[in-house]
Amino acid sequence: MENKKKYINLDIKSFGMIAALIIIFIIFYVLTKGSNATPTNINNLIMQNGYIIILATGMLLCVLTGYIDLGVGSVVALGAACAAKLVVEQGWPVPLAWLIAVAIGLAVGVFAGFFIAFLDIPPFVVTLATMLMGRGLTYTLLRSLTVGPLPADYSFIGVGFLPTVKVPLGEGSIDIVCIVVAALVTVGIIFAEVKTIRTNNKYGFANLVPWQMAIKDVVILAIVWFFFTRLGMYNGIPIQLVVLAIIVGIYHFVTSKTVAGRQIYAMGGNAKAASLSGINTKKVFFWVYVNMGVLASIAGIVLSARQGGANPKMGDGVEMDAIASCYIGGAAASGGVGTIIGAVVGALVMGVLNNGMSMCGMSTDLQKVVKGAVLLGAVVLDVTTKKKKG
Amino acid sequence: MGMSEIILEMKHITKAFSGVKALDDVNLQVQKGEIHALCGENGAGKSTLMNVLSGVYPHGTYDGDIIYKGETCKFHRIKDSENKGIVIIHQELALSPYLSIAENVFMGNEQLSMRGVIDWTKTRERAKEALEHVGLQNENLNAPVNTLGVGKQQLIEIAKAMAKNVELLILDEPTAALNDEESAQLLEIMLELKKKGVTCIIISHKLNEISYVADSITIIRDGKTIETLKKGVDEWSEDRIIKGMVGREMNNRYPVRDNCPIGDVVMEVKNWNAYHPEIADKQILKNINIKVRAGEVVGLAGLMGAGRTEFAMSLFGHSYGQKISGEVYMHGKKVSTKTVKDAIDNKIAYTSEDRKTYGLVLINDIKTNMTMAALRAYYANGQIVNERQENLDAEEYKEKINVKATSIHQTVGSLSGGNQQKVVLAKWMMTHPDVLILDEPTRGIDVGAKYEIYCAINDMAREGKAIIVISSEMQEIIGTCDRAYVINEGRIAGELDRSELSQESIMKCIMDSNGKGEE
Repeated sequence: MENKKKYINLDIKSFGMIAALIIIFIIFYVLTKGSNATPTNINNLIMQNGYIIILATGMLLCVLTGYIDLGVGSVVALGAACAAKLVVEQGWPVPLAWLIAVAIGLAVGVFAGFFIAFLDIPPFVVTLATMLMGRGLTYTLLRSLTVGPLPADYSFIGVGFLPTVKVPLGEGSIDIVCIVVAALVTVGIIFAEVKTIRTNNKYGFANLVPWQMAIKDVVILAIVWFFFTRLGMYNGIPIQLVVLAIIVGIYHFVTSKTVAGRQIYAMGGNAKAASLSGINTKKVFFWVYVNMGVLASIAGIVLSARQGGANPKMGDGVEMDAIASCYIGGAAASGGVGTIIGAVVGALVMGVLNNGMSMCGMSTDLQKVVKGAVLLGAVVLDVTTKKKKG
Repeated sequence: MGMSEIILEMKHITKAFSGVKALDDVNLQVQKGEIHALCGENGAGKSTLMNVLSGVYPHGTYDGDIIYKGETCKFHRIKDSENKGIVIIHQELALSPYLSIAENVFMGNEQLSMRGVIDWTKTRERAKEALEHVGLQNENLNAPVNTLGVGKQQLIEIAKAMAKNVELLILDEPTAALNDEESAQLLEIMLELKKKGVTCIIISHKLNEISYVADSITIIRDGKTIETLKKGVDEWSEDRIIKGMVGREMNNRYPVRDNCPIGDVVMEVKNWNAYHPEIADKQILKNINIKVRAGEVVGLAGLMGAGRTEFAMSLFGHSYGQKISGEVYMHGKKVSTKTVKDAIDNKIAYTSEDRKTYGLVLINDIKTNMTMAALRAYYANGQIVNERQENLDAEEYKEKINVKATSIHQTVGSLSGGNQQKVVLAKWMMTHPDVLILDEPTRGIDVGAKYEIYCAINDMAREGKAIIVISSEMQEIIGTCDRAYVINEGRIAGELDRSELSQESIMKCIMDSNGKGEE
């Protein structure tokens, strides 16, 4: 073997969004004189944006194929409406009601996926149809009324916390469970890095430049510790965070480590080439939309749990937030490029913006203007830096 | 010629992209009324030079002077050069498929009755005039341009240039997508234009065409002008041009395949039929029977549109056509190739003639492209991808077939055509096939890379693989194949052994079978 390049540089693009997130957070920290970093508010950030993050993970798969799903807002509402109605009005057990909600999401996904994958109808058209149909069904089902309140065994998924072990700290107290989780995450990250370096060395692959790796890990660990100590100073770990961790973990794994994930990327990059490489592109297409339906219904359950009820207007327009999260997180509108972590960071950027602007007392009308500008800015930055490289 | 008036002079042109010099002090002198060829390997800087000339790279982004008709020109956009009568026709056709022939001829140059309003009578009349220059005056002017073949579309491009009163016409690889017949027709039209006083600059890899049509040849290598050859003055042969391009003598363009015994039949296709994907009663492939043995390289020769690619694609996972019938035998056992996955599982591989559209995910890196087809079978435990093994093997194949790239993580879209083709080849080698069908494996790539591809083909044959090469270049079939089938009008027109293979024998097969198929 000849002399190979021993080190590679950090991919600025994937890290850039995290940097932007930190900067936006700090700007609002200054503007709100520190109140956006209070334990309560950090907890709110998760609780308010959990369902958007769930939608963004599913939406990323659609975006990777080069298209979007406009119907998710309606599926959120339809799933939530069914589950809430069954529990409140029919007295069904909560798990069964949730199962029905997920089945409805699945059914909508199968419906959309069938037209898109097997009849070659453009996803934009099909999901515009499911958006209208889903919303209409929700209004019909709820007779335009709100259903609620939801029992505690339903709402805990949106507002509940893991058990805590509080110890006094300064004027307040802190939850030991949070500290333990943060410590476990730290050990996990360090262990993973060491393993990567070992494998790289063993097979002669290039490693990250050491100082860059150090900065990356320090920043990530700082965020982790900041985040969990704040949660610990509030009520501990929200159930929503556990749900999010599981979903994001699964989808990160699927997109980065599995054959199915690779097939989605390949298809988004060049469907014809993927098909001639033995990838069943119709099947990939179908499952991506089925998956989106299921995740949208889960997001609906989480949202209704948090709001304590279901109403026909819920989830209106959230498909746009989910799509924006993917683009802000570096996904390409033409497909084939993007990561789950990017989409999650994108959703958090939107969340921190929303939250910060509300705390500054900015009107919701103006907030939309700012969000639009941030979306455009992020994509412009992405496209122009790519051009320079080429 | 008698004329020695210089129409164009490019002096000391230097153009850098982020610090890397693509052109380094290039000089070019073109005489009025001549056909001037630019030769060089891919990446030598030919297209860059022409982009400088036509204003794609505006004045100020390069160093040096452009003197056109005795006047120093500073083009800031393409329109500036077009106003002076310089028109460039790029490799990729710039036609709008659903617009009519007449509309395409005047696209961007609309014939107006008043500001913003198109004068259709004038458009049609002038279109007819322009089309006369290229012999297409009898085409239906209102037909959508995509109803014409590629050859005629290329001629429409030239008519479009003629409609702009072109004086200096630049053609970038005009015959790359054309078959021999269409190419010959295009070359004749170039000679006609020359008689009418149009000066031409042509970029082409097809040296036989250049030596036939050109009056002088400027050779560019690594961004520098090496020499200019003049017809009737300098030595004028393909070998001489290649020597200039690669900087050394290339004694044999096709490496010898020795120590390669031919074994048993690996794949046999019997009675293969297929119909057009949209027109259900149009039979495209008629009763094709072929076989290929281990260690054997078999050619599929024929004109473009004869049905070779259609055959390969219909065979490979029924990727082309409908109502497909016929049998495929691998090692004597009947197998299904109904889906691409079936074909891959049965050890068949197919590299497309169009690597960018059908072969590669250009935004992905070398490694991901290489393992795309083999992923499920060789780089995954169940669903989970073994990325470490991927990296190791991608490295190995990169070395093995000499992909020139900074690392296996470089994006495929940034590679040259030859290196992209090598990645496609590696992608299919990694599926460990028994049969490889290579469709135009060297289209649009330079002499050096071609040689390397031929070497890779030889190596695979030596490993006992059966190889089918589809090529429109008869020389390539003759140079690489042990045996060849000539396909014409969707049927086998003949089978030629190595000893019988020649351009004449292939053409004779085609001519003899023409029209015979119709009952």
